[in-house]
Amino acid sequence: MLGEHLAQALTPLNVLLALGGVAAGTIIGSIPGLTATMAVAVLVPLTFTMDPASALILLGAIYTGAIYGGAYSAILLNTPGTPSAIGTTFDGYPMAKCGDGNLAVTVACLGSVVGGLVGAFFLLTLSPPLSEVALAFGPVEYFWLAIFGLSLIAALSEGALAKGLMGASLGLLLSCVGVAEISADVRLTFGSQTMIGGIEVVSALIGLYCIPVLIDLVATPDRHLKVESEQRGFRLSEAIPIMWREKINVVRSSVIGTVVGILPGAGGSVAGLVAYAEARRAARQGQKYGTGEPGGVIATESANNATVGGGLIPTLVLGIPGTPPDAIILGALLVQGVRTGPQLFESQGSIVYTFIYGLFLATLLMLPVGLLVGRYAYKTVVTLPKALLVPSVAFMTIIGSYAIRNSVSDVIIMISLGAVGWVLARFGIAASPIVLGIILGPIAEQGFVQAWTIGSATGDLAGMFFGRPISLAIILFTLFTLFLPLLQARIRARRMPNAE
Amino acid sequence: MKTRHRLIAAGIALAFTAGAAGSVQAQDFPNKSVDYVIPFGPGGESDISARLQQPHFKEMYGEDLVISYKPGGGGAVGWSQLNSSDGDGYTIMGINLPHIVIQPATKDVGYTTDDVTGIYWFHYTPDAIVVPADSDFQSLQDLIDYAKENPGKVTMSGSGKGTANHLASIRFDEMADINTTYVPFKGTGAAVTALLGNQVMAEWGYTTVGAQQGDKVRMLAVAMEERHPSFPDVPTFKELGFDLVGGAYRGVAVPKDTPEELRQKWSDIIGSINSDEKFKQQMLDGGFALIDVPYDEVPAFMEKRKAEYLKAAKSAGIVD
Repeated sequence: MLGEHLAQALTPLNVLLALGGVAAGTIIGSIPGLTATMAVAVLVPLTFTMDPASALILLGAIYTGAIYGGAYSAILLNTPGTPSAIGTTFDGYPMAKCGDGNLAVTVACLGSVVGGLVGAFFLLTLSPPLSEVALAFGPVEYFWLAIFGLSLIAALSEGALAKGLMGASLGLLLSCVGVAEISADVRLTFGSQTMIGGIEVVSALIGLYCIPVLIDLVATPDRHLKVESEQRGFRLSEAIPIMWREKINVVRSSVIGTVVGILPGAGGSVAGLVAYAEARRAARQGQKYGTGEPGGVIATESANNATVGGGLIPTLVLGIPGTPPDAIILGALLVQGVRTGPQLFESQGSIVYTFIYGLFLATLLMLPVGLLVGRYAYKTVVTLPKALLVPSVAFMTIIGSYAIRNSVSDVIIMISLGAVGWVLARFGIAASPIVLGIILGPIAEQGFVQAWTIGSATGDLAGMFFGRPISLAIILFTLFTLFLPLLQARIRARRMPNAE
Repeated sequence: MKTRHRLIAAGIALAFTAGAAGSVQAQDFPNKSVDYVIPFGPGGESDISARLQQPHFKEMYGEDLVISYKPGGGGAVGWSQLNSSDGDGYTIMGINLPHIVIQPATKDVGYTTDDVTGIYWFHYTPDAIVVPADSDFQSLQDLIDYAKENPGKVTMSGSGKGTANHLASIRFDEMADINTTYVPFKGTGAAVTALLGNQVMAEWGYTTVGAQQGDKVRMLAVAMEERHPSFPDVPTFKELGFDLVGGAYRGVAVPKDTPEELRQKWSDIIGSINSDEKFKQQMLDGGFALIDVPYDEVPAFMEKRKAEYLKAAKSAGIVD
């Protein structure tokens, strides 16, 4: 039975589809604005003529590749290629700045492969029980999860908490613009038609991260990234020991990624951020997260690729998409005549298991493909003269922010936010807290409104917000993350009273 | 003066070619791929029903129907830009009810209901009350009785505010003289998740939920004229004494400067896809209910819907 499905996944056509899918996905994902969701959506019509298992393998491979591909531009250009790679910029770009860009790309690839395999493993073995996680998370849990994500600001802006909070507040405010998702109120549009659609997350990402980099590139005579005198290839001999040293980080982040992937309201960006926060919390002495620590890249990259397998769990078992690309895969399944649901694994096991083995295959193929494409991307960005690099990146930012929903106003918003972000950076307000606010604001707001509505109806508001076990656990983690840096500073100060 | 003459000449020439093109176009139309804009993100029911149309269009006309997305503002971003697209027949857009009635009635969204040139309404997802399979509510009457004894305590999830779910909730509460708490979620998927996770007691959903979730849920009643062929055991609200028929209607619109001939042509195209047996079966299996409102019947259909929605929206306090 098992061998049969494996053999089906390994037919020449399916291997070819997995290989092509991963390669195409990696390249699409590396371009800011061209997201995994879009890559999968564009390819759906091509799969109509294929048999269901092959169609799914192709879509899954593209999805996996795109989530990893987002790391390239995060590391080399400080711009997440997909929202999932936001956390990758925190340490990846500083690494690239110091000449370790190729090492960061290799580490990201290894992390992505391991994360992807862990996610696929859970999908293969524990799908039905794990899908219950999706249901255990109610509005109030999402609210607290978003608050937990926001607590990362304390960690991100160590020493400048006030500025971090200012940035996050701006982000939260920006997330309110437009027609509110659930209450349908029109907010903060100032009567302008173009603002009705709100601030699109991906174009905001491109603007806030990429435009300041471009401005600085033009404004300073230095090279974009430090170039090493000697070429050191993939630097696998350094990357593998790093992976081994970070083995606990890899496993923890992959599990976090799988679980967050299962939650329909969260997705790869939240998974990466939560894993990053946890990696940072568990950091050993001497590890400086935020300044070029490979552990940070590993955490986000293994987590976001684990969401691929994780997100497919509720998609296949409950018919509820775990992440946005899963929504499209679900649609493709429906068109193919495949019924999702608990009985899917039994009634159409051959399709499902062939698909899952295909996902394993695609993830493994990501190793050679990812390393090769990554090396090429690194070489290009490092060696391209500024006069070519800046216009080509600028062109990509415009294409990317336009393509996300075919809208010129998104391009204008992207450029304006970029200019604002550059000015704010002069005053020490970084892009990340703003982006955190934009992404987590709606999750927190919706969770709060729903929890409040349900709590009022049942007459137990306090119990709603503070009486549920999962909520309590998240609240504890939040407090821990918030106060740990303070506590550590206290302890350090007490231990070395005469240090200074 | 010279430029003005040229302009006029060019205008006349253009008018001729456009007229000539119009009649030729309708005959061998379509002869290239068509852009089908969905004003929502991918993966929703509007997307899925368009995806189901896609292969049939290709089969019948040999051209591609290219689906693209323009999400934002609950569809408003797409609809406000509909009329700035070329009216050459190669751009069509998905339209939804009650959205295109409620949105312009409540706020300035950059278009009015009459700006949208609907050429066909091809299906709807009928409203339905859905409960988990292990719920104590065995019938609609159980739910009504419980709600009468515990005013406001019955929590029901649904997709958004001012939506088909929300309006159905308001209309039903009035008809049954009960008071329930409507909890808006982001889309049907999230509303179902809340139902399955027992975060709410029931859901204002659609028959599509029943089709997708199978025996994990029970539908208490559906808002159709007659029972849905896929759910012969589920009564309609009408049978139970409530005059509630409706749901989320989906159709196709064209930019307003699309010539009459092409409007009619598109109405025929969508109609012929709608009458394809395989398409019909796919839609029914998915829980959709097909309707046929071709171009010439659209105005009357819209008048009826408008009156119904605005009345419900008024009593909900969404519209003054």
